[in-house]
Amino acid sequence: MTQTDTRVGSAAAGPAPGPARPFWTSRRRDQLAGYAFIAPQLLGSVVFVILPLILVLWYSLHEWNVLAGTFEFVGTDNYRALADDPNLGAVLRATGLFSIGLVVVNLGLALLLAVLLNQRLRGTILFRTLFFSPVVVSLVAWTIVWGFLLQDNGGINGLLDTVGVHGPNWLRGEGTAMVSVIVVQVFKNVGLNMVLFLAALQGVPAELYEAAEVDGASRMRQFWRITVPLISPTILLTSIITVVGSLQVFAQIAVLTQGGPGTSTTVLVYYLYQQAFQFHHFGYGATLSILLFVIVLALTVLQWQMRKRWVFHES
Amino acid sequence: MNRDLSRRTKLVLYGVLLVLAIPFVFPTWWMVTSSLKPVADIFAFPPKLLPTNPRFDAYQRVFELQPFGQQYLNSLYIALVVTVGTMAVSALAGYAFARIRFRGQNVLFLVVLAGLLIPSEVTIVPLFQMFFKLGLVNTHWPLILVPIFGAPSVLATFIMRQFFISLPGELEEAARVDGLGRLATFWRIALPLSRPALGAVAIFTFLHSWNLYLEPIVFLSSPEKFTLPQALTQFVDAYGGPMWDVQMAAASMTALPVLVVFVIAQKQFVEGLAHTGLKG
Repeated sequence: MTQTDTRVGSAAAGPAPGPARPFWTSRRRDQLAGYAFIAPQLLGSVVFVILPLILVLWYSLHEWNVLAGTFEFVGTDNYRALADDPNLGAVLRATGLFSIGLVVVNLGLALLLAVLLNQRLRGTILFRTLFFSPVVVSLVAWTIVWGFLLQDNGGINGLLDTVGVHGPNWLRGEGTAMVSVIVVQVFKNVGLNMVLFLAALQGVPAELYEAAEVDGASRMRQFWRITVPLISPTILLTSIITVVGSLQVFAQIAVLTQGGPGTSTTVLVYYLYQQAFQFHHFGYGATLSILLFVIVLALTVLQWQMRKRWVFHES
Repeated sequence: MNRDLSRRTKLVLYGVLLVLAIPFVFPTWWMVTSSLKPVADIFAFPPKLLPTNPRFDAYQRVFELQPFGQQYLNSLYIALVVTVGTMAVSALAGYAFARIRFRGQNVLFLVVLAGLLIPSEVTIVPLFQMFFKLGLVNTHWPLILVPIFGAPSVLATFIMRQFFISLPGELEEAARVDGLGRLATFWRIALPLSRPALGAVAIFTFLHSWNLYLEPIVFLSSPEKFTLPQALTQFVDAYGGPMWDVQMAAASMTALPVLVVFVIAQKQFVEGLAHTGLKG
């Protein structure tokens, strides 16, 4: 309240000055500060998120080829073309395989590493640093190095040959290409989930294990009956982050396989990029963007629903 | 499961940890050693874990084949501008959403939060069109403006808001009674206290910008404008085959400085990123 007195002079410049009650009360000025503080983020969200989302919907209703210079309203034609697209099945299959494979391997490995690092052992900080280090390595650099290692005559097959095993041409085989892309991505980012699990494991009260020990429960049983239920909020959180992230995979595909061999690793974002920026079908690219948006939205809603049912407790 | 372990169990655990560490460490090792090998040794059998006589030819060629110094500067200055810009935008917005009461607050917060649900890949087509119309394609503006104000900064704003909500209000109240305005309260009291959250925002924003790949290849077309991730894929021979030694040299120069910073400040990195993961 002390501030109002000093600013009465400037209040006269305000839109509605009153001699008895100054318009620029401390509360009003605080509101104004609030709007000013959020203005950059709010305007940015409108211009770079909301407006493009509306535009992408609008574009998806048009036949738009940048090279040919056509832009025509075609209603739902692009969506019909999407339903009839002979590649759509393969693209959704690749997207699904990649996401499921990534989530299962990533969460499984992250949990294993976290449990190992949670033991009373010297030097766990060193191992934590090692397991985490790929997170800070430039994504494309990491991917290029793995591409180099996975060549037919590359480092991995070289090492396998020294023990008498002849490895496949990883990036050129239909099954092995998908497995390779998943593995490269898992080792890149599993450290993040590992750290989240480690924090969750450290929050499980030690008394619970002591009590279980007294009851004669085996370590495995303790893990499934105590650890897993108690860290279930973290399992759900990491699975949401990992699934949504897996749908955005692009650089790894572009660098390692270019969607091949055939269409076996053409995930949705890569297909979108091909259609819009290589074949210049902006209208169809926009339609694929809408499909991606709907999938992300549906998965997020689904996982929030699961949270209510499955998660043992909420923090 | 914090229990004392027998010696044998400990040995087994160390063995398992060492084996598991191989796929995390070996790629970086292979990248650096291969960059120092002559081309003939790159695919030698059996694989050479150490270069026999290390040489730096590949490093020289990186700079001959691409304007790599310029590309390095591009990546660095873009990442720094985006980091500082995101910190400013997200700290201000996060503070206001957490601490100031104004009309329409909740609705406006939901509008901003929509950015968390919309992956930037969804909006890449219209964004390209917008910047094309403004004549800003093949400039760095899209790589700077969109991350600072668009979807990538929303997570940062969310993290800052969660942090400021958890901050006790008494300090600020005292400052306000003493006649400090909002901006001064924010700048002198709240912002210095938010260092851990700001640090986390800075780390993940920098890494995000440093790693960006789809946006640069969509927006940039001339080599002197390229950023590092894009430049790394350009070292190919006349037949489009990768020049592995040069690629490994360029990749080493891209990856090693960040790795060194990480090793020095690993606690801040790990805890900072874990913190943002937990909140986001």
